[in-house]
Amino acid sequence: MSNRYIPHTPEDIRAMLDKIGVEKVDDLFADIPAEVIFKDEYDIPSAMSEIELRRHFRDLASKTRRLTVFGGNGVYDHYTPSVIPHLLERSEFYTSYTPYQPEISQGTLQYIFEYQSMISELTGMECTNASMYDGATATAEAAFMMVASAKKKNRVLMSATLHAHVQKVVKTYLGFHGVDLTVIPEKDGVTDLDAMKGELEKGDVAGAIFASPNRYGIIEDYTGVAETLHASKALMCINADPSTLAVLRTPAEWDADIACGDGQSLGMPMQFGGPYLGYLSCRQSLIRKMPGRVVGATTDASGKRCFVLTLQAREQHIRREKATSNICSNQSLMALYATIYLALMGEKGLIEVNEMSVAGAHYLHDRLIESGKFTDVYDKPFLKEFVVKTDLDIEAVNKKLLENGIMGGISLGDGRVMFAVTEQRTKEEIDRLITLMLEA
Amino acid sequence: MKNYDKLIFEVSKPGRKGYELPAAKLEADGLKGIPADLLRKKAPELPEVSELDVVRHYTNLSNKNFGVDTGFYPLGSCTMKYNPKINEELAAMPEFAALHPAQDEESLQGALELYYNLQKALSNIAGLAEFTLNPYAGAHGELTGLMVMRQYHKSRGDHKRTKVIVPDTAHGTNPASAMVAGLEVVEVKSKPNGSIDVEDLKPLLDDTVAGIMMTNPNTVGMFETDIVEIADLVHKAGGLLYYDGANLNPMLGKVRPGDMGFDIMHINLHKTFSTPHGGGGPGSGPVGVAAHLVDLLPNPRVVKDADGKFHIQTNDKSLGSISSFLGNFGVMMKAYAYILSLGKENIRLVGPMATLNANYIKENLKDDFLLPIEGACKHEFVFDGLKDKSTGVTTLNVAKRLLDYGFHSPTIYFPLLFHEALMIEPTETESKETLDEFIEVMHKVAKEARENPEVVKGAPHTTPISHPDETTAAKKPILSYKAMKQA
Amino acid sequence: MSKIEEGLRYAESHEWVKVEGDIAVIGISDYAQHALGNIVYVDLPEVGDEVEAGEDFGAVESVKAASDLISPVSGEVVEVNSELEDKPEAINENAFGCWIIKVKMSDPAEIDALLDAAAYAKLCEE
Repeated sequence: MSNRYIPHTPEDIRAMLDKIGVEKVDDLFADIPAEVIFKDEYDIPSAMSEIELRRHFRDLASKTRRLTVFGGNGVYDHYTPSVIPHLLERSEFYTSYTPYQPEISQGTLQYIFEYQSMISELTGMECTNASMYDGATATAEAAFMMVASAKKKNRVLMSATLHAHVQKVVKTYLGFHGVDLTVIPEKDGVTDLDAMKGELEKGDVAGAIFASPNRYGIIEDYTGVAETLHASKALMCINADPSTLAVLRTPAEWDADIACGDGQSLGMPMQFGGPYLGYLSCRQSLIRKMPGRVVGATTDASGKRCFVLTLQAREQHIRREKATSNICSNQSLMALYATIYLALMGEKGLIEVNEMSVAGAHYLHDRLIESGKFTDVYDKPFLKEFVVKTDLDIEAVNKKLLENGIMGGISLGDGRVMFAVTEQRTKEEIDRLITLMLEA
Repeated sequence: MKNYDKLIFEVSKPGRKGYELPAAKLEADGLKGIPADLLRKKAPELPEVSELDVVRHYTNLSNKNFGVDTGFYPLGSCTMKYNPKINEELAAMPEFAALHPAQDEESLQGALELYYNLQKALSNIAGLAEFTLNPYAGAHGELTGLMVMRQYHKSRGDHKRTKVIVPDTAHGTNPASAMVAGLEVVEVKSKPNGSIDVEDLKPLLDDTVAGIMMTNPNTVGMFETDIVEIADLVHKAGGLLYYDGANLNPMLGKVRPGDMGFDIMHINLHKTFSTPHGGGGPGSGPVGVAAHLVDLLPNPRVVKDADGKFHIQTNDKSLGSISSFLGNFGVMMKAYAYILSLGKENIRLVGPMATLNANYIKENLKDDFLLPIEGACKHEFVFDGLKDKSTGVTTLNVAKRLLDYGFHSPTIYFPLLFHEALMIEPTETESKETLDEFIEVMHKVAKEARENPEVVKGAPHTTPISHPDETTAAKKPILSYKAMKQA
Repeated sequence: MSKIEEGLRYAESHEWVKVEGDIAVIGISDYAQHALGNIVYVDLPEVGDEVEAGEDFGAVESVKAASDLISPVSGEVVEVNSELEDKPEAINENAFGCWIIKVKMSDPAEIDALLDAAAYAKLCEE
């Protein structure tokens, strides 16, 4: 037996065993009880060459369909500039470990510092960590931060207008950790702020989490919300789509204490759900409650500017069960992804992406309403995603669209359907979508 | 190149740009319909740079990094094996990269098949019934696995089991994951050789114990030979056994966690199955369980029906969701490609060759470095610093001196069992020649420590930076370019 | 060798207490600051917080270590040394001259359970 990834020749093995002073490799496992040794054959295919491997992947690929995407729901088909995958393939980036040795990891440490800086610019918050797994887990961790800084309060409010998948993850995390969670109901597609005020009166709320834009694509008005929460000594967290933050009012401008969300909209491939990243930003005063890695600037012995992992005493490898979180990694390479994306696009590019998305989404929306077959569900401002209602059989419509290579709107039940349009969708594609739907 | 020291913000020049979008065809009425109150007031200060500026900048940054492709990376507990190139290429295939997670199942069959095949392969390799691939990383897998453990007891109405036993030598994530999962940590002591003290364990096993977390081989690289007895004791006490898969690599081809009696485990695909560490992520931490726990796994899961069609499924008994969608699919593709490249034949070589490599280094270096635990190690082992303690040269000094010689440092000061821990894990992908070079350099450093200790204590001397001031960084944190300008 | 100051009482978790009437002035010992290394942050409670003997009331952090601060006595925090927010290294410079909190004791008898300087010196030697 031999393999391209395992370089040992029989002579190597013999020489190494002689040095160790054992007869055969199995002798190194002599301490393992015989009853637990695995003697059968593994139930996996025989070794494949690259040629066979490619063939197998091509075969699998032939059983997927690449579609013209009009679905969103937290994952958006934004454009990936060509530069990004090329730079991410620098093996010094992707084959390195966590930057525990700063002397030979300045590349990683510096791009994380740049990432933190850029996300802080987008959210308007003072501090950003090196990234979390995804937007949903970042939101759950934000809830823990609020409880940790509130000391004796153990309840978190969560708006029903957060994406369903985010709500589910928050519910799981808080349920197991023993934090009480109350969902603030929605009213006309936005958070019922009167209901929130009612909950605050009980005096046990550590903080509340909102969305921007929300699960229906609506841009909610949070005027006065932070003030109300702060008056009850509760914190405000906003889960915001980072791509939209170039144009929409920022968490900091709403006077929120924590911002979080999913980085996917920063040009990351949809990749069937991951990898993306979760970003997490906060006010300076909350920095010690923040989970995860953080990179800080400092100087070296010769006075040269450099970057190090810092505030590590909050983390699991030092604090163990008293750590702010169990997270022990970040989505580092995806943070590099976001950083390069934001460097290329800059403020202007990101604004253009939003303007094109808004134009496309509103064009689609207006044509659908004009057709008479769709009606508005919520009369609220939206950016790239919106919900309409129809009597058409959505399942049949989407099936037909699929046959035509299109992912249609996402069905929300009761005849409600949600469309998302990004800068990648052309007028022709939108017109074709409309034509196909209306003749269904 | 080493002297390049600009931030991307410092390359910026007003008016430059690094993108081009199609000319708008649709009547773009600005941000029509959005009230001014809902719009951003203060512009974000992002860089303004050309495409080439970006390419040069990040290429220059990459030159300040050390990766597995750069050189030997004997980082204990991290399994820094070679990351095959073909896997990167396959994972980037647009047929997969462009899939929206909410697409119709009909249009996802190939992706679901891959996902399902990987679930099955991992189940077989682990000796467990089923896997969820949703967790994003090892620590996330631990958390998920402990949620399964709690959900199991809860589903049986057994609400008093709120404690989890963790060895004092465990990875720091173990107790931290237990804390997040709402479990109370009880430490079990280790014997001087690093393995669990069964006599210390016995009195801890009462009806408040949900289970135990172990890694085998343990964090000093030794196999827990009492595992069968431990499994029996824990099961008889009504608890479950959790296997921290961080140290799974040496077991490939030799022992399956399920066969040792473990009920739940996670696998770090970025360790055992060669997916790149990416400077700290993205990883993937699938969780496997024994048959009686399958329904408790997080939602959603991928299943295959009688007609051979694949479906995304949720169930009510599940502990809930722990990820937005189905996990880091892009990472799973690479692990799947790796498993197929090895095949059922060569996967048997992984554990033995990783173990052979570790023992070879250990036997070659134990004359100069203090070996606290004798006997055959598995994939890694721990030295307690230099043998000659009179030189004042510490493990940290040795680690930094290795950087000068073009090697990454081993893991240092972990496990906490020893004061000067230096933990070495070579992995099976390294050749005897590479190991010999490393051994030679380690001997050279030991010699320097005796003859010229100051050169070792002052290391590193050749890296882009040296001796960063971590105290000031932690005392007055500067976490952004804006804060840096204000400082 | 770390210093030990006579006349103070000590907890096994390395806090010192100086009794001033019904007020306990609390800091950490020279041994503790030495073990931690350069202190970069002190997590302080708020005035008015209740503390319990044996429970943590804050933490001290160095670059690569952290240690909970355990209150040797029960009572109400009446003062915190807010100078430590900007100058945590003061503890490294003079551990016994640098108090962290002052507690109005609810049960002054708890002091009797603490170690005296000699007993604490013995503990540090072990």
